Amino acid sequence: MDSSSTTVGMKEEEEKPHVLVVDDSLIDRKIMEKLFTNSACKVTTAESGQKALELLGQGEDKHTHMNKGPKINLVVTDYCMPGMTGYDLLRKVKESSDIKEIPVIVVSSENVPTRIEKCLEEGAQEFILKPLKQSDVKKLRCHMQFRRSIKGRLCIGA
Amino acid sequence: MVSATQLQRQYAEYTTSLYHEGYLNDQFTQLQKLQDESDPDFLVGLVSVFIDDSKKLLDTLTTAFQQKTVDYKQVSLHVHRFKGSSSNIGAQRLMRVCVLFINYCKEKNLDGCLWCLQQANHEYILVRSKFKALFKLEKQILKAGGSIPMME
Repeated sequence: MDSSSTTVGMKEEEEKPHVLVVDDSLIDRKIMEKLFTNSACKVTTAESGQKALELLGQGEDKHTHMNKGPKINLVVTDYCMPGMTGYDLLRKVKESSDIKEIPVIVVSSENVPTRIEKCLEEGAQEFILKPLKQSDVKKLRCHMQFRRSIKGRLCIGA
Repeated sequence: MVSATQLQRQYAEYTTSLYHEGYLNDQFTQLQKLQDESDPDFLVGLVSVFIDDSKKLLDTLTTAFQQKTVDYKQVSLHVHRFKGSSSNIGAQRLMRVCVLFINYCKEKNLDGCLWCLQQANHEYILVRSKFKALFKLEKQILKAGGSIPMME
């Protein structure tokens, strides 16, 4: 097994934008996961806002937790969720000094202008109506900020 | 022995009728397009989750309406979820019943709600059997060496 090709493979995986999909509906999570994987993204899913915050390193033990978890480049959250809504999650992300730079997209099955305004005012990058299409996801890729972290020397060629 | 071509024609006719009758819509086509060789059971798996999820939702709704006082707010949340998943899978008729259902909940119209629940159950049973027939045809086509025709 050629060790350099394994390194390249791992680098490619690391360089894929990492999307966090938050939705209480399993079907919606699966569909969004598929849409983003088809657009060459790495996807992690969360079934609640609380779980999402934990994955973003903002859980209850964030002060003692040394490892902040995986680097997320984009958060896509459903608006209507029991407990912490997508709007609540958006607020928490934008209020946090660590993760406020991460773009948050809010998705909803309902076209409510006041809801859309509220989310955009709170700092949502975009508000998209469900069901999401592949074309929506392709457009979102430009919102994803990811830095290529070059660890050590960059190996070019053999 | 039915040929792959005959099965494909049957499949195309069946899907067309499902679209005309409103059982499925463009969202379902979009989901078919998401499927690829690396994950050939994506759609079957998704529909399976939908069927199970829907059954649970319908049972929850039935229980909610058996209570002395109906909690319309809770019911509305469940129907909203049902509407979401129906819409996402492309189950149009079911989704439309949910829209009506949500309106009746807002009005706290018990008769309207009960009628909708009955309709939702009915539509659920219908769409479940349509999906079953569709996937059975797909299996037959693949077994006969053909490929699944896509709706355009």
